[in-house]
Amino acid sequence: MRAILDWIEDRTGLISTISHFMNEEIPASAGWHQVFGSVALFLFLTQAFTGIMLGLNYGPTPGEAYHSIRYIMNELTGGALIRGLHHWGASAMVIVVVLHMLQVFLWGAYKKPREATWLAGVVLLLFTLAFALTGYLLPWDNRAYWGTVVTTQIAAGVPGIGPYALRLMGAEDGVGVVTFARFYAAHVLILPAVTFLLIVFHVYLVRRHGVAPEPGDEVKPKQKFYPVQVFKDTAAIFGVFAALFTLAIAAKAPLGRLADPTDTTYIPRPEWYFQFLFQLLKYCEGPLELFATVVLPGLAVGGLLAVPFLDRAPAIKVTKRTTAMAAALLCAIGWSGLTAAAILETPKEAAIAESMGPMDWVQLTPTELAGVGYYAKEHCANCHTLGLTDEGKPGPNLGTGGVSHDVAWMVAHFKRPGVPMATMALKPAEMNALASFLVKLTPQNAQKMSEVPAFATDGALLYQKNQCGLCHQINGAGTNNGPPLNGLAKRRKADWVKDHFLNPQKYDPDSTMPSYKFNARDNEAITAYLMALP
Amino acid sequence: MVASNDILRRCFCERATQFLGALLAGGLGIPAIAYLLRPANTIQPGGFVDAADLSQLKLRIPEEVNFQRVRKDGWKLITEKSTAWVVKLSESEVVAYAPQCTHLGCAYHFNESKGEFVCPCHTTNFALDGRVLGGPAPRPLDRFPTKVQGSRLLIGTIESAKPVSDKKGA
Repeated sequence: MRAILDWIEDRTGLISTISHFMNEEIPASAGWHQVFGSVALFLFLTQAFTGIMLGLNYGPTPGEAYHSIRYIMNELTGGALIRGLHHWGASAMVIVVVLHMLQVFLWGAYKKPREATWLAGVVLLLFTLAFALTGYLLPWDNRAYWGTVVTTQIAAGVPGIGPYALRLMGAEDGVGVVTFARFYAAHVLILPAVTFLLIVFHVYLVRRHGVAPEPGDEVKPKQKFYPVQVFKDTAAIFGVFAALFTLAIAAKAPLGRLADPTDTTYIPRPEWYFQFLFQLLKYCEGPLELFATVVLPGLAVGGLLAVPFLDRAPAIKVTKRTTAMAAALLCAIGWSGLTAAAILETPKEAAIAESMGPMDWVQLTPTELAGVGYYAKEHCANCHTLGLTDEGKPGPNLGTGGVSHDVAWMVAHFKRPGVPMATMALKPAEMNALASFLVKLTPQNAQKMSEVPAFATDGALLYQKNQCGLCHQINGAGTNNGPPLNGLAKRRKADWVKDHFLNPQKYDPDSTMPSYKFNARDNEAITAYLMALP
Repeated sequence: MVASNDILRRCFCERATQFLGALLAGGLGIPAIAYLLRPANTIQPGGFVDAADLSQLKLRIPEEVNFQRVRKDGWKLITEKSTAWVVKLSESEVVAYAPQCTHLGCAYHFNESKGEFVCPCHTTNFALDGRVLGGPAPRPLDRFPTKVQGSRLLIGTIESAKPVSDKKGA
């Protein structure tokens, strides 16, 4: 061992470099308040690692992105965890970077000769936000798409540079493949490289000037970075990582429906740390809009960059820096007030639309609609009620299904119901369909959902049984191998559809669709179902 | 006393740092290894595909048939061309062989004069019933599950086709 280490030291000098790095002298006052920089560095490396992991199974085009993320989350071991770490890690990164900045600000650690370290730090904060903004588009679900539409429109509104910014983002003709390529390249090629270089520069500057001392440190003996401060940094890193890991397991990273540029009902909402700007934008109408989109962010960045040049007073104890505390407090109050207002105010219309659930059966996916069929087939209504009425049946009212339980819980419950409920004769896939329907139920829509016409459930059951969703798409569910089936009535007549089932090659010799020899009744049901889709 | 406290503190900090570092590495490393090395829990569409007309097959004369198969490739559902060697061994028995040699996955062909399958890569010979007659192949030809419907032959999928690298010397 000794010989190997000596060899490495002799040929590379690595050992003494590391030892020099670890034995750096730091002021006696250094301690827990200085851990944030190390935590931020750790989170950056974790984001890089989980990002690479995602990249190994990700199709970076709008046509593939969404499906590959679904695949990562549902079919790969640990995929949901890794995406969870990456998704929530982005938020953790923003929090820790801001805390790091706050600590440096409050302690006045940006003062001469550390101005450049502070400037590099401000730029690193901007890079962190740029990572968040570009990464937001990459799952290519509705949230990603519409969020980015708003971002690009805000950029387009900046006087003078707006059109150029829009062109740079590849969004002149709306958010599309070029936008996606630009955001992806920025997120995985440009930003990681420049951020890494700037971090190296930032850390180099920290080492060059040393950790900022407090007044009084000069008379006390210095301490070494290793092992006490290293332990404190590691403990803080571990705490943050443990929290992140728990969050990634407890809260699945969101993946909504596939991005749909025609979905006008979707109300985009920014990430929580941008909600204050979103809220501010509501108060600023007309020409004032620029205040929220350009002036305020510009002033904030400019103000941060100017901090070390505005405050040139000699260093004093943190407890005496009342002006700095007041400034930080003011920003914190402004930010949290606007964020709280955004959270209190916006869900009123948005969350209701989301929480009411689908109001009409045509909005259900075929799987969910087939679930309605299994609900009838298993005679669930003998014991359960849908909707708000209380009919005194023995089983619980299922109208709140979507609020209280998830699909996994329900399927487990179907398999081992416990004493009062009868076991079911459904196959696992059918149980999944039933559960996926039940979770869509809300007190508002349950009544309507108990009145689905029979042809629709029959059609959906056939659709499900014949695995039509392997090639076709309805209401965003299924694949695009074959033509999507929404709006079929606009393109074809019912007779054509019926005959096409029996012999697709009669209409298109190259069609890869197998023939389905439905009997007249089944053919009537599935055709009526498909023709009813908007 | 002060000095020994300092040493104790130093020792604790070193150990604790190593311990937490190991936990961090495990927390990231173990999920990553599982993510990269565990097979995906993909449900293949599977099922049987119409591949050949039995009435066209001559007894003990293999025929290479082409058919379309739907397969899940990662996150994509694809329709791809697939081939099989179909042999009517007797009036009651038809087999369909996967078109790759079981040695290193080369495409083999049928040598009519010898009445054997011959792999051009490392000269493995297979009999009509798939047995290895000579050469380095470690096992007989892989068979697709088959079903007969009227005069049509339906071909299924090999559930867990052994990867080529499974063999020694691959």
